[in-house]
Amino acid sequence: MTGLRVFWRRLVGLLRRRRLEREVEDELDFHLHMEIGENLRRGMRPEEARRAALRRFGGVAQIRESCRETGGLPMIDTLWQDVRFGLRVLRRNPGFSALAIFCLTLGIGANASVFSWMEGILLRPFPLVEHQERMMAVAGSERGAPGHTDVSWPDFQDFQKNCTSFDAFIVDRITGTTLSIGERAERSPMSVVSANYFDALGVRPILGRGFEPGENVGRNAHPVTVISYRMWKERFRGDPQIIGKTQMLNGMPHTNVGVAPEGFYGTFVGWSMQLWVPLSMQELFDPGGYKLEDRGARWIEGFVRLKPGVTPQQAQAEISAMASRLEAVYPGSNRGRGIQLYPLWKTPFNNASTLLPTLSIALGVAVLVLLIACANVSNLVLVRAFGRRHEMTVRMAIGSGRGRLLQQLLTEGMILSSLAAASGFLLAYWCRNLFVLLLPPRGGVAMFLPGGLDWRVFALSAGVCVVSTVLFGLVPAVETSNIDLAGALRAESGGVVGGGRHAWARSGLVLVQVALSFVLLAGAGLLFQSLRSVEHTSPGFSTKVFTTYTDFAAAGYKPERIKSFEDELIDRLQAVRGVETAAFVKTVPFSYRSYSSAAIAVEGYETPPDQQLTVDYDEVGPGYFAAMGIPLVSGREFTRLDNESAPPAAILNELMATEYWRGRDPVGQRFQVNGRWVQVVGVARMSKVRNLTEVPRPFFYLPMRQSSMGSGLQVRTALGGDRIAGILRREVRKLDPNLALGEVITMHEQVERTTAFQRVAVSMLAVFGSLALVLAAIGLYGVMSYKVSQGRREMGLRMALGADTSDLLRGVLRQGLALTAGGIALGAAAGLALTRLIVGLLYKVSAHDPLAFAMAAAVMTVASLTACLAPAWRAARTDPVEALRP
Amino acid sequence: MGNDKPDVLHGSLALMVLRTLETLGPQHGWGIARRIEQTSGDLLELNQGTLYPALLRMEQMGWIASKWGTSENNRRAKYYSITRAGKKQLAAEEENWERISDIIGRFLTPTRESS
Repeated sequence: MTGLRVFWRRLVGLLRRRRLEREVEDELDFHLHMEIGENLRRGMRPEEARRAALRRFGGVAQIRESCRETGGLPMIDTLWQDVRFGLRVLRRNPGFSALAIFCLTLGIGANASVFSWMEGILLRPFPLVEHQERMMAVAGSERGAPGHTDVSWPDFQDFQKNCTSFDAFIVDRITGTTLSIGERAERSPMSVVSANYFDALGVRPILGRGFEPGENVGRNAHPVTVISYRMWKERFRGDPQIIGKTQMLNGMPHTNVGVAPEGFYGTFVGWSMQLWVPLSMQELFDPGGYKLEDRGARWIEGFVRLKPGVTPQQAQAEISAMASRLEAVYPGSNRGRGIQLYPLWKTPFNNASTLLPTLSIALGVAVLVLLIACANVSNLVLVRAFGRRHEMTVRMAIGSGRGRLLQQLLTEGMILSSLAAASGFLLAYWCRNLFVLLLPPRGGVAMFLPGGLDWRVFALSAGVCVVSTVLFGLVPAVETSNIDLAGALRAESGGVVGGGRHAWARSGLVLVQVALSFVLLAGAGLLFQSLRSVEHTSPGFSTKVFTTYTDFAAAGYKPERIKSFEDELIDRLQAVRGVETAAFVKTVPFSYRSYSSAAIAVEGYETPPDQQLTVDYDEVGPGYFAAMGIPLVSGREFTRLDNESAPPAAILNELMATEYWRGRDPVGQRFQVNGRWVQVVGVARMSKVRNLTEVPRPFFYLPMRQSSMGSGLQVRTALGGDRIAGILRREVRKLDPNLALGEVITMHEQVERTTAFQRVAVSMLAVFGSLALVLAAIGLYGVMSYKVSQGRREMGLRMALGADTSDLLRGVLRQGLALTAGGIALGAAAGLALTRLIVGLLYKVSAHDPLAFAMAAAVMTVASLTACLAPAWRAARTDPVEALRP
Repeated sequence: MGNDKPDVLHGSLALMVLRTLETLGPQHGWGIARRIEQTSGDLLELNQGTLYPALLRMEQMGWIASKWGTSENNRRAKYYSITRAGKKQLAAEEENWERISDIIGRFLTPTRESS
């Protein structure tokens, strides 16, 4: 208590320092006046009285100083002095200050930007949503199968009813619809959500209401929708009477019951949701039929919020126990099925998990850049410290403590990094939404990945600022405070500049810079090679094929109408000159849409008793394999005759054939798909279905007409992109002007979109790597220039003794290259350890790939040579007469 | 210091100041200094200036309060007075001091007798 009061009074004293000083002055004056008066009364002469009074009082100046220290806060006081002094020093060296601040801004700004991306995309991805720290993603798991599955609504309800660790279970199934806005059709992401969605998230609609519990039940019984703020503003021009009005969605009028607040984008990392419908509308918006009463229909992606104090482990244990109870009660649908909770940043069904590796690399790279920037600034400070040797030596000679000098130096460093942190934070503010620019739109909708700049990011950046101050301030501070007083004074008077230790420290810093840059370059090289080998991987289909889609759901088509439309459109397209063939498909390969999977049983193939054999499949129209350019190794393609009345047929991929039929020819054999017998009519060559780096897995195809209709359209043609897009649009409009056609792209583009993340990582490393290279080259240039300027006398002497210019040139370059070689060796050692961290991103490239390391070494060497050239040239042109003149 | 008069013992200055203010009521710095010298029978020579940082510190601790007033010779002077917390502190210090001097006394007395 007393301590606090004293501190407070001292603080007040500090703020009112002027007044305090004046009062002390007055008080001491009064004292001396009284004492002198007393002395006079005792009979002293005035001059004597004064001297006696002063003697008796002690040193007036010392007492005044002592009062000042007691009255205020000396630490803050000197700090303030240091800050003012530091600012003056920095202003006097604008070039140095600007360069240092620029380097640090890059370092701190890069880190703050990456922090803001991580905060906004991974850690607290959902603006306006309460208690995200207690939210977890829910997905299903399948014994013996990697990856995740979705969850069925009956299971989800059982978890909700019987588990006690959770505040809320939230269903959030992403889907999309096409809305016509004026002339153009726009694909809008939307969600089918449980009725508790808005309440559980703590998001209050600004107009109207959220959903009501009753709106979870009844097949397509509640055509109501909550729209996003953006949609309300743009599509409905902020109409205040919007509540109660209807809009057509997937062919059914929906009543707008609410408008979400501004800044709420839903709960899906990567897209900004435009509208939400309640669970009962599942059938209308989620393809594949009515699923709300089917325990085997897994379609739900969702979240839970843990009760306060419940650990993720406890929650997982409870929900897993519940899942195995369900497995026992419903073996038919739930055998081998579990439930897995994920922290938000590992959410498997949105873009969090895909972005995680990229963002981790970004963080690693940003830290390396910061280190390099610190080394550079450290070097700059050292150079300047050399220039300030005189000042420091004199200050020490007149009694400044080492601690006091250190404090002064660190304060100056802190000013530099604080300024840099401020501008770095500004940089992060500009870059916060930049991340999304690195990624192409998917499915015709721009990705939405805002960074989050909140106090956590701010605190972390401030931490980085302090750490970097210590990092770049440490070497110079130690160097400076180690001044050998006598030696320094002697050296200065002699006019010969020492500083062997300084040179050593600077070379060390350059070594570190070269090493770190080398690591970045090697990493960039590895990722680049990996990207190349990914891009050289054949997907197994022709990438020249065009792909697009028609949105039947949005136009309210029933299956019968879809069938007749598709036949007619294919006929019309194939009549167009230049179009080879066209086919519909449900899930276009390499799209975001997931494939259906089915439980299968193959005669003569034993399945472990607690496992369910499940294989992913796609539903394709007649002529699909021909259109895609996927060769059949045996059997035949689907035709229009494989329709509802024909015997069910299937085409397998090669791996499925060899895995389950073991060498026998499966064509003509039967197997069960979800309990239904189908006949194998063909085997197709392996082709990739999700991305280029996927592990080959069994896969099969069913004819669309015997399963469910899809809307992906593949067109094989010799025509150019614009031509075919025009033809498609024309033909679709002729058949039905209300039907929206999606963007027309080649499969090459479609495939490229899946490698976007790798490309982002490569370009990020390339940008930061070249930045690092430049910083390292500047550092090297500085050290070599300095060495040359210090060695002028020696060089002059050598020239006078017969050395020629090329000797001197070689000498300097040799020194520079020696430093570089040391740095590269150091970097290679660090790189061999560090590149293991990105092994998960490397495709068919070893983390220790010699080519990548050799390339990095070559680039580094060339950069170093360039940096050393100017100093070397200067050395070679040393004029011996000039240099040797004292 | 070339001075045979004992220096003010560390910590005892506060005790003297508080005692003075309790006995005499509000006083200015010079008055306190004079009083301490007089009470000690001029045996203790205070380096008068050292009083002022001590006064500041005691004020920060809340033992004394200060107010500007007019002195006996019509000059502006800062007057110090003891606070309630100061009185408590004084009582505690007195007790402490007596105990210490008692202990020290016990050490010194036999030595003197034996010499």
